[in-house]
Amino acid sequence: MIKHQFFEKNAVFLLVGTLLTVAIGGIVEIVPLFTIETTVEHVQGMRPYTPLEMAGRDIYVREGCYLCHSQQIRALRDEVERYGHYSIAAESMYDHPFQWGSKRIGPDLARVGGKYSNDWQYAHLKNPQELVPESLMPHYAFLADTPLRLDDIQERMRTLRAVGVPYSDEDIAQASADIAAQANPTADTADLLKRYPKAVEVSAENGQPSEMDALVAYLQMLGTLVNFADTNTERLQQ
Amino acid sequence: MSDAVMHGGVAESVLGPAPIYNDAVVKKFVIASIFWAIVAFLVGVWIATELTWPAANLGLSWINFGRLRPVHTSAAIFAFGGSALFGTSFFVVQRTCRARLWGGEALANFVFWGYQFFIVMAALSYVMGFSQSKEYAEPEWHIDLWLTVVWVCYLLIYVGTLIKRQEPHIYVANWFYLAFIVTVAMLHIVNNMALPISLYAAKSYSVYSGVQDALVQWWYGHNAVGFFLTAGFLGMMYYFIPKAAGRPVYSYRLSIVHFWTLIFLYIWAGPHHLHWTALPDWTQTLGMAFSIMLWMPSWGGMINGIMTLSGAWDKLRTDPGLRFSVTAVGFYGMSTFEGPVMSVRDVNALSHYTDWTIGHVHSGALGWVAFIVFGALYYLVPVLWHRQRLYSTKLVAWHYWIATLGIVLYIVSMWVAGIMQGLMWRAYDQYGFLQYSFVESVVAVHPFYVIRLLGGVFFLSGALIMVYNFYRTITSPTTEAPQAMRPAPIAAPAGAFGVAGE
Repeated sequence: MIKHQFFEKNAVFLLVGTLLTVAIGGIVEIVPLFTIETTVEHVQGMRPYTPLEMAGRDIYVREGCYLCHSQQIRALRDEVERYGHYSIAAESMYDHPFQWGSKRIGPDLARVGGKYSNDWQYAHLKNPQELVPESLMPHYAFLADTPLRLDDIQERMRTLRAVGVPYSDEDIAQASADIAAQANPTADTADLLKRYPKAVEVSAENGQPSEMDALVAYLQMLGTLVNFADTNTERLQQ
Repeated sequence: MSDAVMHGGVAESVLGPAPIYNDAVVKKFVIASIFWAIVAFLVGVWIATELTWPAANLGLSWINFGRLRPVHTSAAIFAFGGSALFGTSFFVVQRTCRARLWGGEALANFVFWGYQFFIVMAALSYVMGFSQSKEYAEPEWHIDLWLTVVWVCYLLIYVGTLIKRQEPHIYVANWFYLAFIVTVAMLHIVNNMALPISLYAAKSYSVYSGVQDALVQWWYGHNAVGFFLTAGFLGMMYYFIPKAAGRPVYSYRLSIVHFWTLIFLYIWAGPHHLHWTALPDWTQTLGMAFSIMLWMPSWGGMINGIMTLSGAWDKLRTDPGLRFSVTAVGFYGMSTFEGPVMSVRDVNALSHYTDWTIGHVHSGALGWVAFIVFGALYYLVPVLWHRQRLYSTKLVAWHYWIATLGIVLYIVSMWVAGIMQGLMWRAYDQYGFLQYSFVESVVAVHPFYVIRLLGGVFFLSGALIMVYNFYRTITSPTTEAPQAMRPAPIAAPAGAFGVAGE
């Protein structure tokens, strides 16, 4: 105890002592997540978001959807039965930032992709209570009236590439064409699907893609990429 | 040695006339804190209404729940709590060091206005649709950089004042304030590492992704609780409770153990926000183990705070401001017991994603943080504005009981709602099917959302009473010369704010 004077009488020692003490826990827990290879499983099917999905995800982030909807199915029996296969780390490996959420005012969305039709998603986003009268969700009709901003899509993709998402030069160059293809149900999507398998086409009602089109494209792919029939629990062990 | 130190806050009056302190900046922060308290509670009541009757979203993008919720949390934590921490830390560090703030008037004012600018920018950016979507770290990169500048100036002022102190020892309250400032700087910088899409755009992408991002975020998020909402306010506890009670801190040894174990253990607890997720099991287990260990220093601190009243318990009857502080420590003990329980993986399987978490957060935020601030404010306002006493101690008592009732309504309704949600989501019927659809759990909690809203309205009403009381206190005629010494006997009679002289 006598030695505590060392800290009590010198502000700099107290400062440095405190900083060292609080640094330890974070270093021990966080650094290994970047170095232990099994932290993120090796599975087939994961790909970066299509430009339209990426734009939709940015809208999801902007509107704070994560405050009511988790995207993380826990490894618990009832959750797996309600929402589908439990979420694995690989599924959010391209998510900057992650959207696991912390509260379910509404249901989990980790595997909402393909669960409802496009039409349902559009109608529900515009007026949730029309389809689910008890819903607490706000109306997002304004997204349908807001044209999607296209001028910075490539900047966004380049930035994501800089933080680790494997977009190729071709992916970035083709961004506008990919958006046009995905937001038009009659377009030829062969090229889009070659680079982004399982991308879901949406309908740009007013001829040009709206923010809602992007959001629906994002929602419709959520949790659909990994084919769990091809894998087994042993391979998913961390 | 310890007596002089531990009495440091209490025994100033015997050390001769105090130097002239920079109280102007403290006053500004006190006013800001009161203002933001009302904003935070008002927005809280509003979003609780949106969750009860979604029509209250009004179909307007900028007041949708998703955009307003960060306004509520930032206003409560950073604007109300933060301003209170800046203000009280500047008040405490000057008095316990017997030194004027380092860096002069201008730097202190820069920290004040810089911080207020940060708050306004953050709130505006959320409603306009800019968010990193990291809970309690929503501001985008340019606002983060600005806060970093302000925060470094804050650290410089604080350490500078500690270095030029005229007391041999650094008083315990300052250890906690210092740990809060340093650790929040570390958390803020590491968690907000992001790459903007261009220097002229607000949008950025976190450099971390997925599972790593999740742990960095909750390492930050849990320690925003641990260091912003706990360590900082413990600094407040270690100064204002001894001061108002006119008693030294219960145990010097306990405060040393409390300090080092608390700051060491807290930082490990983040993974308990990610139980049963894709975070590796070893990390979850480590987080859970440390969360349970954290119970001990937390209660050590609670005991140190409450036992400081030994020999002065009668003051709880006569000093409603002190009643706030002591009740706050009681709530601190309660929520720091609840936290470790909820961090146990099997309890968390039920509680996570439900309103139980919301109730837990608010027993801490309303019961501990807001109450310890109210206690400090009721002490500070008459001292800073040189008034003999508050306008009305009866109104303080009204505030106390209305606010307490509000908290009880809030946390009990959220416990019930949360446990009900958890049980409904995992309920199976006799045929082995899930018994309830998700929306049935939404309908079931509606009555409790109404009660929660009522609790929020109570809490807001109490705060409005406080504002009125302060307004009348500050505008009442001065009854006392500035800087006058008021040595009061330890066994002071009723209404003895500022016991032991100021």
